[in-house]
Amino acid sequence: MSENTILRLEGVTKTYAGGVTALSPVDLSIRKGEIFALLGPNGAGKTTLISIICGIVTPSAGTITVAGHDAQRDYKAARRAIGLVPQELSTDSFESVLATVTFSRRLFGHGPNPAYIEQILRDLSLWDKRKSRILELSGGMKRRVLIAKALAHEPQILFLDEPTAGVDVALRRDMWKLVHRLRDNGATIILTTHYIEEAEEMADRVGVINRGKLLLVEEKDALMKKLGRRQLALTLAEPLAALPAGLEQWHLELEADGRILRYTFDAQAEHTGIPSLLRALSDRGISFSDLETKRSSLEDIFVDLVRETA
Amino acid sequence: MNLNGIWAIYRFEMARFGRTFWTSLLVPVITTSLYFVVFGSAIGSQMREVSGVPYGAFIVPGMMLLAIFSESILNGSFGIYMPKFTGTIYELLSAPLSPFETVLGYVGAAATKSLVIALIILATAHLFVDLTIVHPFAMIGYLVLICVTFCLFGFVIGIFAKGFEQLQVIPLLIVTPLTFLGGAFYSVMILPEPWRTVTLFNPVVYLINGFRWTFFGTSDVAVAVSLSATFALFAACLIAVTVIFRTGWRLKH
Repeated sequence: MSENTILRLEGVTKTYAGGVTALSPVDLSIRKGEIFALLGPNGAGKTTLISIICGIVTPSAGTITVAGHDAQRDYKAARRAIGLVPQELSTDSFESVLATVTFSRRLFGHGPNPAYIEQILRDLSLWDKRKSRILELSGGMKRRVLIAKALAHEPQILFLDEPTAGVDVALRRDMWKLVHRLRDNGATIILTTHYIEEAEEMADRVGVINRGKLLLVEEKDALMKKLGRRQLALTLAEPLAALPAGLEQWHLELEADGRILRYTFDAQAEHTGIPSLLRALSDRGISFSDLETKRSSLEDIFVDLVRETA
Repeated sequence: MNLNGIWAIYRFEMARFGRTFWTSLLVPVITTSLYFVVFGSAIGSQMREVSGVPYGAFIVPGMMLLAIFSESILNGSFGIYMPKFTGTIYELLSAPLSPFETVLGYVGAAATKSLVIALIILATAHLFVDLTIVHPFAMIGYLVLICVTFCLFGFVIGIFAKGFEQLQVIPLLIVTPLTFLGGAFYSVMILPEPWRTVTLFNPVVYLINGFRWTFFGTSDVAVAVSLSATFALFAACLIAVTVIFRTGWRLKH
């Protein structure tokens, strides 16, 4: 295991007793200090994968090494290195915020450290609510309580399972800021999401998972470049009834009642085909009033990938 | 050994009991008083001594066990069932705790509560009847063993249960009837045959008689047999819990 690797999975699989394969062999290395987004649609196997790493689900095969500790043989040391924020807002409703966070710290084998707990609660804007019973809190606050619980034992790796599911836009932005802050403090963060926006916004690297298969793992920027397509949209001065002959090589699309001409091209290609297209249009006397290029989002990339493997 | 983890679970469970402290305290006091009013005064006054012990005193060990059985099973099962029900079990399963440590926390807390209730009942009973405990240390030891055994049994039920109803089924439909029929309020020796022999197949008979022996030095069955039966039950629960954790049955997928 390289010095920089904090978590490594080798051939990890999960087949349920009924014969359903939830996870095909997964090999994955997570670097210390990175934000890794596991992206996939609902039911893709994201939660299964992190539940296996965290010890909640027993893998059918494979080995997991957490901060140098085998997750099976040396499970105590491995688990101490991990904090998990589950997807469901599962809390002990009648406990106070402070009590439940203190409980989590002790459960993971640490002695009390009120100053550290106070710092976490202040960082998560929960300090004022420390004496409130959890059932009195809003959904967003409960999510913060779960994060505080996961951080209470000072884990090296933090798992966030769908951290912003069912969270409003403002809170989602707060959550993103928080994740960045946690990383700045040295934590390695692995989050699952089906919001591509979230992976795009937060992650250093992205793993795409679908139907229990980890399809690819890439640097986010590289992924965007490699698979990213650009589009050129030309707003025409005069609407066209049909595409003029001789422009077939660009595979153009005519949209908005013939007012917009759309050209999709590979941004990485040596020749994008734009100059020749513009010349060809000019030759045919087609003029345009506006021009816009757009990079495809991770969403488009993702939809393509999932479609390919469907 | 994750002592902090064990302590965290123990404290959490005790805090849960603490939230219902007055109910927990009042219920055994009132129930015990009612038993004494009904069995001790109303019926007991018509009865002679049983096995050489005044009837009012004779029923005390059975009465304690009746409460302990249901309290232990309920507390032991609730402790582990609630996290399964609310979903907070994720934290327990992902924590650096061995099965032994987990059980120690939950069963230790449940057994503590049972023990406290047993002592409250004993104290209440003391207000109604004269009680001299012949083997006080054996009594405490036996009480602890029974509390732990039934809390373990409850723990197994809590893992097994898929709904609140199932938590109640075994204590209400099996253990309580077996306790009433196991000589909690009478000596099995007064039963006519074949019922006396049939009763001897009821394991609770041995628990009650062993416990009664620690109080009065007399028992319907041999003390060694009682002790063996209690240990056998304890071992069975221990094996069940071990198997559950080893296989992850109803805890992990």
